[in-house]
Amino acid sequence: MQKHFLSIERLTQTFPDGAGGTLTVFENASFGIGKGEFVCILGHSGCGKSTIMNVLAGLSEPTSGVVKMDGVAVSGPSLDRGVVFQNYSLLPWLSALKNVTFGVKARYRDWPREKVLEHATKYLAMVGLEGDVIHRKPSQLSGGMRQRVSIARAFANQPKLLLLDEPFGALDALTRGTIQEELLKVWSQTEQTVFMITHDIDEAILLADRILLMTNGPFARVAESVEITIPRPRARTEIVNHPNYYAIRNHLVQFLGKRSKELAGQQSEGVSQSPDTVRIDVTETAPDPKPTPTRLKAVNG
Amino acid sequence: MQNLSINKRAAILSFVLLVVVLGVWEIAITRQVIGEALTEYEILMGLGQQRSAIPPPSDVMVKAWEQLSNPFYDAGPNDKGIGIQLAYSISRVLSGFGLAVLVAIPLGFLIGMSPVAYKALNPFIQVLRPISPLAWMPLALFIIQDANSSAIFVIFICSVWPMLLNTAFGVAGVRADWVNVARTHELGSLRTALTVILPAAAPTILTGMRISIGIAWLVIVAAEMLVGGTGIGYYVWNEWNNLDLTSVIFSILMIGVVGMLLDAVFGTLQRAVTYAE
Repeated sequence: MQKHFLSIERLTQTFPDGAGGTLTVFENASFGIGKGEFVCILGHSGCGKSTIMNVLAGLSEPTSGVVKMDGVAVSGPSLDRGVVFQNYSLLPWLSALKNVTFGVKARYRDWPREKVLEHATKYLAMVGLEGDVIHRKPSQLSGGMRQRVSIARAFANQPKLLLLDEPFGALDALTRGTIQEELLKVWSQTEQTVFMITHDIDEAILLADRILLMTNGPFARVAESVEITIPRPRARTEIVNHPNYYAIRNHLVQFLGKRSKELAGQQSEGVSQSPDTVRIDVTETAPDPKPTPTRLKAVNG
Repeated sequence: MQNLSINKRAAILSFVLLVVVLGVWEIAITRQVIGEALTEYEILMGLGQQRSAIPPPSDVMVKAWEQLSNPFYDAGPNDKGIGIQLAYSISRVLSGFGLAVLVAIPLGFLIGMSPVAYKALNPFIQVLRPISPLAWMPLALFIIQDANSSAIFVIFICSVWPMLLNTAFGVAGVRADWVNVARTHELGSLRTALTVILPAAAPTILTGMRISIGIAWLVIVAAEMLVGGTGIGYYVWNEWNNLDLTSVIFSILMIGVVGMLLDAVFGTLQRAVTYAE
């Protein structure tokens, strides 16, 4: 088993079920994320995606299991793990710029004011927010702009791991498309490791290097790790023409539509549950015996 | 009339109402005085007594002009300008209120952040809160042995409750997302309290402070009537003892004006910290 930058080892989460017993959300879930990798996790509501996210963010403690980053077990929230929440979580009494400097000041406590401002402005510009707009309060910004600010705040902190909890869930389809591309652009400029929850299959294919598929709960597990064999840079309008696109998409739809149910409820019986690697590449003539972990990544023009 | 803005029409209506009310008052008093005038016989015989009538608004205005043109004169313990008396009252209100801020805001934070502290302190708060602040006066006078400090204590005790409860309510209601933002940014407790919870709860806290300052201003008049010596409450009572109703009416008006100004100050502060979600 290869050594990962982030490894989740035998993570188990149980909650009291309200009737005296316990409800096991997931059990002995194990998976890893490489440095600089963009990983999406797909699964139905209630399978424990958000619980995994909260554990990674350090906002809640798992029942058992460890999360190791760079080989060191982590506990509690940390600036090394930045979070973009679904509902933006901007502080409404601060302007867009102040929301970003709030994060930068927390991260780089010894930086002078000008440097903090410059850094924050740079990251806001990277998500397309420039000029007067950055001095507006969140209430005066559209949903898309608020999420941009939230993304800028997270990236500006240059965390080792960036966690995105359904960041585009509350946005309309058109805005979502634009911000997805901006996210890709920022990500390609920063070499950031990203772990993202989403419900949207197309979004996951566009953004991710690898998609983790979760079965339904209870006793949910990360069943498969699907590599996205579409070269970068990717654009929404172009990836649909790639021969692998529909092959991968069909696999994901089949999994979420049928197999996530069929695989549900299987207890681990003490065995660590690692996902099976799935590689779908119709462009390859001969099947690759061992998938290469190197990521195809290019800088967006 | 139709093409004037709502504000202008309201201002005209207010002015008309004022003129009508003052006019009716003036005419009613003048007639009463004429109607009750003593006959020449009664005066010569020393019969009857001139009944001191309620003064007409014109007298009150003359009094107001006289007082406000020299508000800070000091001609002995029972004859001080209205400005001095108001200054005494305001300084007592602000001292008591300030002490209440120092106690209520930190305690409110504690109660708001800790459910245990809330449950432990709630019975005390519920029993102490409905007590009329003036009921504390005898006890305060006995323990503190100083009239002025006792008045300040009464102001403290009446302004502490709305601030305490509003602070606790505001702090407890801070959205978990914002606290999580602080946590993921590794902010310590103090920094979280100052940079996230305080601004988030500030509108609710200011509402409590605004209610408190209003109550404090209501209570100071009564408190000063009891402790005497100085202040607008003492002034009203003293002028009543002098049967100078013109001064009584004038000081009632001044109490209203100062109360309005205090409320306006906190209203402005409240607007300054209010945010839209």
